[in-house]
Amino acid sequence: MSLPVRVGTLLVAFLAVVGGVIFVVIHFLLAGPPVVDYAAGVAPGQPVSIMLQEDPQNTVSNHPDWVSYFIKDPKTGAWVHTTLFQVPAGSRVNVTILGYDGCTPLRNPFWGMVTGTIGGVEDVNGSPVSVLNSWASCSVGHTFSIPGIGLNVPVASPTTLSANKNVCGLSPCTSGPHTTVTFSFNAPKSDGDYFWQCRVPCGLGYLDGFGGPMQTIGFMTGQMEVVS
Amino acid sequence: MAAETSAPATGAGEREPNHGMRIFIIWLVLALASDLLIWFVLGPHLPPGDLASAANGQQFDIKVMSAMAAPVMVFVLIQFIYSLIVWRHREGDEEDGPPIHGNTRVQVTWITLTTVIVLCLFGFGTYELVNGPGAGAGSGEGPSPIVNPPGAELTVAQQMAPYSASKPLVIQVIAQQWRFTYRYPQFGGFETTYLAVPQNQWVEFDVTSIDVIHDFWAYQLGVKADADPGVNNVAYTKPLQLGSITVRCDELCGLWHGAMYDYGSVMTQSAFQSWATASQAHFADVTKMLPPYATTYDPTEIKQLGTVLVKLGLTGAGGGYYPPNDPSQP
Amino acid sequence: MAIETEAGTTQRPGGPDPVGTPGAGAWWARPALHTGVIGAIIGYAFGHWLGNYWAVPTANSPAAYQQIGTSDGNDFAIVLGYTFMLVGWLIGLGVFNDLVKLMLGKRLPQNGHEANGGVAKYFRFTLDHKVVGIQYLIGMIIYFCTAGLLAMGIRTELLSPVHHVFSSSVYVEIVGEHGTMMMMLMTSVILGPFGNYLIPLMIGSKRVAFPRIEALSFWLTPAAFLVLLSALPLGGFHFGWTGYPTLSVQDTSGADAYAFAFGLMGISMILASFNILVTVICYRAPGMRWGRLPMFVWGILGTGTMMALAAPILSGGMYMLLLDRTAQTAFFTDNLGGSTYLYEDLFWFFGHPEVYILALPGFAIVSELLPVFTRKPLFGYKVASAGMIGVTLLSFFVWQHHLFDSGIDPDMRPLYMLTTELISIPTGFIFLVGMGTLWKAKIRFTVPMLFCLAFYFNFLIGGISGVYLSDVPADTTEHGSFFVMAHFHYTIMGGLIFAFMGGCYYWLPKMMGISLNEKLGRVHFWLMFIAFNSTFLPLFAVGLAGQPRRVFEYARNLTTLNDWVSISSFFLGVSILIFIINFVWSTVVVRNRETGNPWKSRGLEWQVSSPPPADNFETVPVVLSGPYEYGVKDAPPVADLNPPVGVLAAGLSESETARAEA
Repeated sequence: MSLPVRVGTLLVAFLAVVGGVIFVVIHFLLAGPPVVDYAAGVAPGQPVSIMLQEDPQNTVSNHPDWVSYFIKDPKTGAWVHTTLFQVPAGSRVNVTILGYDGCTPLRNPFWGMVTGTIGGVEDVNGSPVSVLNSWASCSVGHTFSIPGIGLNVPVASPTTLSANKNVCGLSPCTSGPHTTVTFSFNAPKSDGDYFWQCRVPCGLGYLDGFGGPMQTIGFMTGQMEVVS
Repeated sequence: MAAETSAPATGAGEREPNHGMRIFIIWLVLALASDLLIWFVLGPHLPPGDLASAANGQQFDIKVMSAMAAPVMVFVLIQFIYSLIVWRHREGDEEDGPPIHGNTRVQVTWITLTTVIVLCLFGFGTYELVNGPGAGAGSGEGPSPIVNPPGAELTVAQQMAPYSASKPLVIQVIAQQWRFTYRYPQFGGFETTYLAVPQNQWVEFDVTSIDVIHDFWAYQLGVKADADPGVNNVAYTKPLQLGSITVRCDELCGLWHGAMYDYGSVMTQSAFQSWATASQAHFADVTKMLPPYATTYDPTEIKQLGTVLVKLGLTGAGGGYYPPNDPSQP
Repeated sequence: MAIETEAGTTQRPGGPDPVGTPGAGAWWARPALHTGVIGAIIGYAFGHWLGNYWAVPTANSPAAYQQIGTSDGNDFAIVLGYTFMLVGWLIGLGVFNDLVKLMLGKRLPQNGHEANGGVAKYFRFTLDHKVVGIQYLIGMIIYFCTAGLLAMGIRTELLSPVHHVFSSSVYVEIVGEHGTMMMMLMTSVILGPFGNYLIPLMIGSKRVAFPRIEALSFWLTPAAFLVLLSALPLGGFHFGWTGYPTLSVQDTSGADAYAFAFGLMGISMILASFNILVTVICYRAPGMRWGRLPMFVWGILGTGTMMALAAPILSGGMYMLLLDRTAQTAFFTDNLGGSTYLYEDLFWFFGHPEVYILALPGFAIVSELLPVFTRKPLFGYKVASAGMIGVTLLSFFVWQHHLFDSGIDPDMRPLYMLTTELISIPTGFIFLVGMGTLWKAKIRFTVPMLFCLAFYFNFLIGGISGVYLSDVPADTTEHGSFFVMAHFHYTIMGGLIFAFMGGCYYWLPKMMGISLNEKLGRVHFWLMFIAFNSTFLPLFAVGLAGQPRRVFEYARNLTTLNDWVSISSFFLGVSILIFIINFVWSTVVVRNRETGNPWKSRGLEWQVSSPPPADNFETVPVVLSGPYEYGVKDAPPVADLNPPVGVLAAGLSESETARAEA
């Protein structure tokens, strides 16, 4: 082969490699679900109210059978398929979670205790609760836990058999049996990313119920990004 | 062809200096200096510190190993640097080097010396593992440890007997994705996320997992033990000073392994007792819901499930990977 | 005339060509890379369909694989897809053509070596060991750079203890891909290119023993590489390169790619090692006694032995893991009678010989090169070969030191402490040989020599830190921390890869007839050496200060050290880039021809022209003396390349008889 042919081939190969690397980085390594911003326009220290719902499925994704959280966008009021949200540092965060999913026993019933909230309780459909027994009674759907700040809230589920057999079938849920859980906690004063997870083994079809949605950001685990 | 050139006539005119003696003297000075530095200057600051007996033992081992390794390292480095400087190729010299194929005395000496050093290290390591204040090395010894402090409590009944300052404190470490929880069977079996240990008392960690393999690493205590599902992995340490403890998971356990850490502290015995009593009361409601204390747990089969859950077809918290009718074996 | 009459059957390079004589037919009509890709795509589609057809629950058999319905993932289809993809890939490459021809009773065309120029032969399944060597070389460089880029990603994430560039999921994916790719593919980084290319030349053979197996061993590596990378679109795998269950059973479909690729690479290792072992044992030229075998061949022999004995355990373990993930067996699930320890033992019974598979070729290259550039015989030839044999044997008796904290029978710990420490004795032999060879030498600081010297420096630190890890109490702090990570990067990156680079600069004139640019080579060396040490030396301190491996969040007081390491690692990346530029510039653009023996080496491979003729040697040479007789008065030449007929016949008759009996 002559020199121009060799150099030409080389350049093409080089561009292909660079293009391939850029594609992989952007498409696979940096891609992720969107972040719902509760911090915009809120001064640090001011309270924010965030709203989530937990669904027995996620029909807007390519995993229709995976359980999933949705977060409400404060500006548009739309339910976003993500588990990433931003709150201002040091503010009081008032959380509302709509529990549309049925009950499952916790692997460790210790997580049936509410910790880290203001007052040490959560309100289930308006009445304060500090402990939920997920083994003896059908009471816990999922949990909302931020280990970095010691927060653990078992999210109550509809408790009757018929409710559990007739959960909503289309995400994001707008109707169907559900509970409303509210609680408040104080966001950390320093900025950083704090992961949150569910502790109920709701990754069905995975060993110990902890694969799939339990280890995929955008479904049952995510991050609270504290910004100052 | 290079192979056919004749051996050079070295040392014809000037007298060859005694390279061996030169290297030996440089080595002696540097090895002595580095050992003194390691022992007296660096030694007291070596990790993992001296908060607990196991940590102390590890620090001592690292110090001794360093003191033994330094002369070896210094020797090899000096030998190389000396050779590279003294015997570098000079411009215009196209002859080959002297045809030295080996030297039995040097070879035998080297092999003997390295063997002796290695056997000494083995003897030292084994002694340190089973004797002295750092016995057991703070590492997980499995369900039947060979190195036990006095009064070790290995049966469930022993572990659940009420707390006494004269016996080892039993703490069960339950690893789960992605948090350690600590159960104190001598205080009614309450479970908490905070690791508190008393000063000057043997602590027995019974480490287990309810899902995947984790590793309980209490850095300042010098304790590291894998948390395997279905296995009770026992490790001991004796906290010697007051201070805080960092606990990290040391075995990759999934998505949030990197964020699986928490903190604890060494307290005085009286502070510990009042903390434990207060915690026992605080967690009383949730303690009632916990499974009876045992050395391992299997959440895929739960006896006390409620009727609704059973009617939904659930027998435990297994996630349904293995169907519920799969036979579980002893 | 024994050798001439027998040449066609026993000493032809490669033997028959599976894909017809070179030049027959248009390039696109002959089996090559592109037909392999087409076969792979068809195979995957078929396997995936089959997996869904079999395993998706139907009205008739709803319970068998009910987890597929709830998990939204069918691992069965993915694994079957990979399996048929592999079959399609090999059919497309023409691997089975000869077999089919033989079964149909057709004669295979004689003389399969690739005498023609042109690059097309490098994209084919070929029986020429010299072509396979170059294929391995290019392949290994691509694999190394891919995994190296992933390492840059790891260090980018670790620039900050709390802020994240990648999500935690992607970070663990990158860590796993980097580790697995390096550990599985770099096993062949020296045995593949240099072993396959040079060993026949070094032992005076015209061919390797099993050219088809050799070629197959290479063509499995791109498959393993791509399967491993295919974990990324499947969601990655999140358990590092060790793949401990139950985490690896629990993980999403990317784990199938890990297990399949690693098991496949195990098969490639087995095949590659058998060919090397048989070639060295059976194809040595007359006069190539064991006592004259070059050190490089000794090292590769040890590597091959370890591969042949350890890799089957790996492939078996990965097969069991795949069964746990697809057929829902419970080898590794404790509450159904399995055990995670079973996997840990299987993995490390392979895994610890594996790290010596990654170290021994480095020993081999430095011991081979040192005499050339010191112009002296190797000091203590027998000590050096004993060291390599010792490492090979002992490597199978140390694996449980990975499990000191795991809760294994605690009685076993002193034993494994002893065996682990014992292995530093044969390793010490290599250092004795190095120091003895430098003694009163005439040291030439060429680029390959610089890499060899750096090898000794790096491996000294790596080896000594390994002794710390063998001590149970010290290991309690160091196990699973960045200390371990720094230790094995010193032995593998600092050892194996530095030796590989030295080998590239030393042997590329032989293999390609092109010498690499020396100035760029020196820049490459110094930048790589300094950046490497600046990257990994601080990590010992980071580990001792309590930073576990594979974490993306760490203590804030370790930020400075981590940032220092990250920036150094970027310079390390630049140094590899300089090597790539040098390699491409020298081989593609400038092409500075080198036909002779630029290093004035006595090695047998240098006694023929560069690159060697298609048949390696006109006739089988008779070896007259050892390869390291530098400075020896009246030393005979290393070999007689045109031996008198009688000598050859006498030398060969013995081995021919032996072969006939076998």
